[in-house]
Amino acid sequence: MKKVSLWELAAVFSKVGLFTLGGGYAMIPLIDREVVQKRKWMEADEFYDILSIAQSSPGLLAVNISIFAGYRMRGRIGSVAAAIGTALPSFLIILAIALFFAGYRDNVYVDKIFKGIRPVVVALIAVPVVDMIQRSHLNIWRAIVAVATAALIIFLKVSPIYILLVFFACFFCARYVQQRNRQQQKGSEHNEKEGDV
Amino acid sequence: MIFLELFWTFLLIGIFTFGGGYAMLSLIQSEVVTEHAWITAEQFTDIVAISQATPGPVGINTATYVGYTVTHNLGYSEWACVGGSALATFAVVLPSFILVLIICRLYERVKKSDLFRSLMKEIRPVVIGMIAAAAGILITPQNFFHWSSWLLLAGAFISCKFFKVNPIWVIIAGGLIGLAIY
Repeated sequence: MKKVSLWELAAVFSKVGLFTLGGGYAMIPLIDREVVQKRKWMEADEFYDILSIAQSSPGLLAVNISIFAGYRMRGRIGSVAAAIGTALPSFLIILAIALFFAGYRDNVYVDKIFKGIRPVVVALIAVPVVDMIQRSHLNIWRAIVAVATAALIIFLKVSPIYILLVFFACFFCARYVQQRNRQQQKGSEHNEKEGDV
Repeated sequence: MIFLELFWTFLLIGIFTFGGGYAMLSLIQSEVVTEHAWITAEQFTDIVAISQATPGPVGINTATYVGYTVTHNLGYSEWACVGGSALATFAVVLPSFILVLIICRLYERVKKSDLFRSLMKEIRPVVIGMIAAAAGILITPQNFFHWSSWLLLAGAFISCKFFKVNPIWVIIAGGLIGLAIY
């Protein structure tokens, strides 16, 4: 594999960041085209490997992919370059918009426009919720967890951080018990075999 | 010291971002709007709208804009606001950066272990609840001040969900309708 310059790495991920609306999943085909097909920085297999790990890591998908890919090509400094590349265009664009809008906050027309947009935002956040419910085939317990989470946040103003902490505690306890049971099972099978002999 | 608080808040948000940008909206909302009351629910709604209509990851866009608005609301100068937005963006990315680098190091072992995979699978109901809450909290009397707001909600939902219209067009349409009827 030829050595990729840090500038090139940052530039390619800036381009990806600049041309994706909605971020995350919309970025995947673009990264695939730029990194795998056009520049041949990595094989398709390697890309799908990175993709699957990035998807099962916490954080923002687009940022995770760029960090993984940067690390694969140039190590730690490469991951910094790729991450900066991904975040910088959005940062600058938002900054420009924020500076511009700061002066127009009380404008009558801007106010009318946002009055029309606000209900739309609620719908746009609701769409992925429905998509996820359809995709994940929730059983009754998982459905209760989802509804309870939403209710706690909306009505009791509980921070999602506490809900996540409780979830982690339950998850790791369940995993520990599961593993101990498995070991005990293995142990008892072993004993039975020994008993037969 | 607002900048320290801003950094710490967004670091926490970054640490607990499981399930991507939309789940992050729920965290930002509860920390910045409910907990610290740095910005109003309406301002947050507007920020999310602009973040969705702008290129780049929604999570980064929102963090940048919220960082700016928080510092602006507290009456700091424009340069301080730029600093606030940079700080929020940096803080929100930092935890996943460290974590992903650790995962890179242990790549082969992580590949074999199913810990992260099963964690991400089991966490899904919580993430669904969090995103649903992000939408639910935004249904305020200010955001839905007129019966036509509900029509806009229904229209946007149907066109995105069933006709797969790009969100940016739906946002633009909402803005134009607002300009015409309010």
